[in-house]
Amino acid sequence: MRDAILASLREAFAAPAEASIAHGTFVVALAPESVVATATRLRGEFGFDLLQDVTAVDWPRRALRFDVVWHFYSTTQRVRVRMKTAVGEAAPEVETLTGLYGSAGFMERECHDMYGIRFRGNRDLRPILLYEGFVGHPLRKDYAKEHEQPLVPYRDQQ
Amino acid sequence: MNRGATIPIADAGATTHRRSAFEYLTTKKDELVGWGRKFSIFPYPFVTACCAMEFMAVSSTPYDTDRFGAALPRFSPRQSDLLMVVGTVTHKQAPILLKVYEQMCEPKWVMAFGACATSGGFYQNYATLLGIDRIIPVDVYVPGCPPRPETVIDGIMQLQDRIARQRHPIVNDAF
Repeated sequence: MRDAILASLREAFAAPAEASIAHGTFVVALAPESVVATATRLRGEFGFDLLQDVTAVDWPRRALRFDVVWHFYSTTQRVRVRMKTAVGEAAPEVETLTGLYGSAGFMERECHDMYGIRFRGNRDLRPILLYEGFVGHPLRKDYAKEHEQPLVPYRDQQ
Repeated sequence: MNRGATIPIADAGATTHRRSAFEYLTTKKDELVGWGRKFSIFPYPFVTACCAMEFMAVSSTPYDTDRFGAALPRFSPRQSDLLMVVGTVTHKQAPILLKVYEQMCEPKWVMAFGACATSGGFYQNYATLLGIDRIIPVDVYVPGCPPRPETVIDGIMQLQDRIARQRHPIVNDAF
């Protein structure tokens, strides 16, 4: 079953996306424009009914600095698939998947908190783990480890 | 019921006399207040992280913190004397901790329970407050990740000593 669906995925996403197997998971890397179309196909044709994670990877020395990563899972076939796309620092934007998966809303907010990726169409990108007034994106590599933004003034500074 | 029976009252005077032997005693005000306070430490558990497990262990029967009058947690800061900060406090949570502290009535004491509350522990990042003493005064620090129950009990006993040694002058600022 697993091999069959992997073969059909490989066949379906051979071009123009780049498909491979990494750490036992099928990976499809594609351009930002085809994110929604691919997710629609994964959900509709292949039965990936669960969006498990939306996150990003920061590659500071790369021209397209961020990889945005989605993980989908099929609860019927028990297969996991990873979708990646690369976006630049100047416009770190991808389309939202909230139209397909309700769970995308919170995870996109978290990804926006931590990496500053903007999800076009997600109308609620308020901070979810951070707080109002927090400047910057703490999981970017250029955010200093010891940089604090306290909400309460410290006693020795009053 | 036998209404005709008489109640013997002959011993009443003697009983009163025996009782009156202990009608007063002398002590110092400092010692009396300190003794009263140190055995009624009602804790407010501000529990945020994994140290909670150790807090449950020390609150359980084998360690019997009731010996120190510190077994009854109050979940309203207005009724409590000891703020036990158990676990990591984040910058996002710091305003809540400060508010709880400010709601407590005097006299009040604070225990930093475990490495994170004491110093931030092994965290040093955008999220973590590196020790609650940056925002509120702390009376006793309990080390450990998490602390053993014996360490916590030692902390409570040190706090008791501290409470018992406090001065309560009759002529004070409010006099």
